[in-house]
Amino acid sequence: MAILIFYIIIFVAAFYVVKVATSFTKSQDDFTSLKTVTFGDESAVSPNRAASFISVIAVFAIWAAFTGSKLIPIHVPGPFIGELTFSYIAMNSSGETDDADVTITVYDVQSGDIPEKLDIDPGSGFAHNDTDQIITYRSGLIKVQNNDDGGKEKGYKVISVNGQEISPDTEIFIDNARIFMTRKGTLSVTPEKGWQMQPVWLPAPETVWSRLVKVGSEGYKNFTLLEHLGWSLIRVVVGFLAGAIIGIPLGYAMGLSGWFRGWFDPIVEFMRPVPPLALIPLVIIWFGIGEQGKIILLFLASLWIMTISARAGVSGVNIAKIHAAYSLGASKWQIMRLVIVPNSLPEIFTGARVSMGVCWGTVVAAELVAAQKGAGMMIINASKFQMTDLVIMGIVLIGVIGYAIDILMRISENYLVPWKGK
Amino acid sequence: MKGLSINNISMRFDLKNGSSVQALKDVSLDIDEGQIITVLGPSGCGKTTLLNIVAGFLAPTEGNVVLNEQVVQGPGAERGMVFQQGALFEWMNVQSNVAFGPRMKGMSKSEQGEKVKHLLEIVGLADFEDKAVYELSGGMQQRVALARCLANDPDVILMDEPLGALDALTREKMQGLVLKLWKETGKTIILITHSVEEAVLLGERLLVLAPRPGRIHKEYTLPFAEMGVNMDLREVKKADGYTKTRDEILSIIWEMEEEIMGRAEEN
Ligand SMILES: Nc1ncnc2c1ncn2[C@@H]1O[C@H](COP(=O)(O)OP(=O)(O)O)[C@@H](O)[C@H]1O
Ligand SMILES: [Mg+2]
Repeated sequence: MAILIFYIIIFVAAFYVVKVATSFTKSQDDFTSLKTVTFGDESAVSPNRAASFISVIAVFAIWAAFTGSKLIPIHVPGPFIGELTFSYIAMNSSGETDDADVTITVYDVQSGDIPEKLDIDPGSGFAHNDTDQIITYRSGLIKVQNNDDGGKEKGYKVISVNGQEISPDTEIFIDNARIFMTRKGTLSVTPEKGWQMQPVWLPAPETVWSRLVKVGSEGYKNFTLLEHLGWSLIRVVVGFLAGAIIGIPLGYAMGLSGWFRGWFDPIVEFMRPVPPLALIPLVIIWFGIGEQGKIILLFLASLWIMTISARAGVSGVNIAKIHAAYSLGASKWQIMRLVIVPNSLPEIFTGARVSMGVCWGTVVAAELVAAQKGAGMMIINASKFQMTDLVIMGIVLIGVIGYAIDILMRISENYLVPWKGK
Repeated sequence: MKGLSINNISMRFDLKNGSSVQALKDVSLDIDEGQIITVLGPSGCGKTTLLNIVAGFLAPTEGNVVLNEQVVQGPGAERGMVFQQGALFEWMNVQSNVAFGPRMKGMSKSEQGEKVKHLLEIVGLADFEDKAVYELSGGMQQRVALARCLANDPDVILMDEPLGALDALTREKMQGLVLKLWKETGKTIILITHSVEEAVLLGERLLVLAPRPGRIHKEYTLPFAEMGVNMDLREVKKADGYTKTRDEILSIIWEMEEEIMGRAEEN
């Protein structure tokens, strides 16, 4: 919640800062700046690169600020670390009261140095001074009764903490901690957790980075990082190619022959809306969890998309082109090769892009379910051991690779079908 | 006998809902080699259908088309087509588009190249061989389409509103080009248009089709095409009889359109 508010504040603040900053340098020579109607004119909206830049920085800054990262100097308040003291007043079975102090060392277990137990003077009276240790983000039961004379007797109870009255099932707040009294009368101390995320929820960016370096050099679970990612990619490429090799000719056949279209229409129309993920259980039952099963799953994921795009590519051909080719003396085979196939390429490329995206998502999901290697296996395995840094690293890499695949497809599309959309 | 004859053609489309459209009824026409014929008519009167039958893309329900003593059975290289738009192959450059027909005939690469170069010069696109067709303006694309059609050396050129998508100025230039090509190549040309001016200017013979069922309503023999070969088309428009013919045909078309509208209102 705090993060969301922070984010909105940065968003608004950056907007005004950039607006003010650019208002001095605004050039009047581009066409859009001369348009008076821009609201609602889609062509007048171009992404503000400053906004993109700040947006990326903001995500990292918030991430760093809320994880106590060493990369930036300013953080939101972290958990309380250090000595926590409070005093309490107890009443014993005969109605007498006495006070004592409690000193608690709150320490960060991740940092490695575990503090030694404090040596303290028990003090006078039946209530004795106590000491204990609590790990950051945890709470601790402070059993003062164990230490006090007559603490186990009926009628003994703690009646106030730092001068504030306390009774079972109520809580009070002292500096840097919340103290709750359980139903049985034991004090439960929760030191201030601050606003930062616990490392098991969200590790600092540098932790993720150092995990990347470590896994990159040492590997994870018998395979190097490149092998994990590479295997996921190989599965995608093989599955996609298999789907394309079968799907494209099938789509052409459906676009050119009524028998093929009639025969395969029900199958394609039925299989198309089935999410590939829903096939995972069946594929595991039929083919096991090995490579074969995964590749068949990806094959199925891309098959229908490629079939449908090839079919659309064929039916999308302007009849005038076909007529023109016939009038120029082309045979059926020449029309297929020189008109229908090239004409369908833009559609097929669109299909291939969608298909690669779906395959990449599907392979990760399939690896989450069962695999010995692969990007998905890496992060699901890491999550079992609460290695959140590895999980985040994996997610980032999966995102980067997915994005890279899409960019690669777009580049090859521009190169191979430059007439698309013209 | 050389030439094209269209013999008693009727065309009925049976629609899926059981009804049928009589697109053409008993259309007959004899065209001598080297004639240029323009076809006018309100939209939906069957112009495209007629052309598709001559091209061999449609088989008529009755009648036949005979070209050079051969009955037309299907599309063929001796009847070239020029379409309104979008019939060029975007995945090929200008050179490959124009060379498509010769390539289908198995002509050698060097011969193809010479032919293309020559034709592009004629249509005014010299040095455009390597351009992608989607980089060209609409007028240039139609020039390529004309060159592609000519490259195949057809006996008859069929044009379905070839200039319909062009702006007025480009269109005027292209009209001149069509006349020039007609004279230089001596091809038989059938040109469909919905512009009365264009039909009057370009047609040695002008056919007005009437709708429902599509049939020949009236035929004119006109001198303006022959004049336009050696004269600026704007000058031709000032020639004797041009305005009168144009207005007469305009009012015929108007009447037909109004009749169609009236019928639509009755329904
Ligand atoms: N494939 C078809 N199926 C059914 N009706 C058609 C078909 N092609 C054309 N028609 C009908 O035939 C008539 C003539 O069409 P068309 O030749 O395209 O007219 P024009 O080119 O003169 O505008 C129209 O009424 C049209 O609806
Ligand atoms: Mg038409």
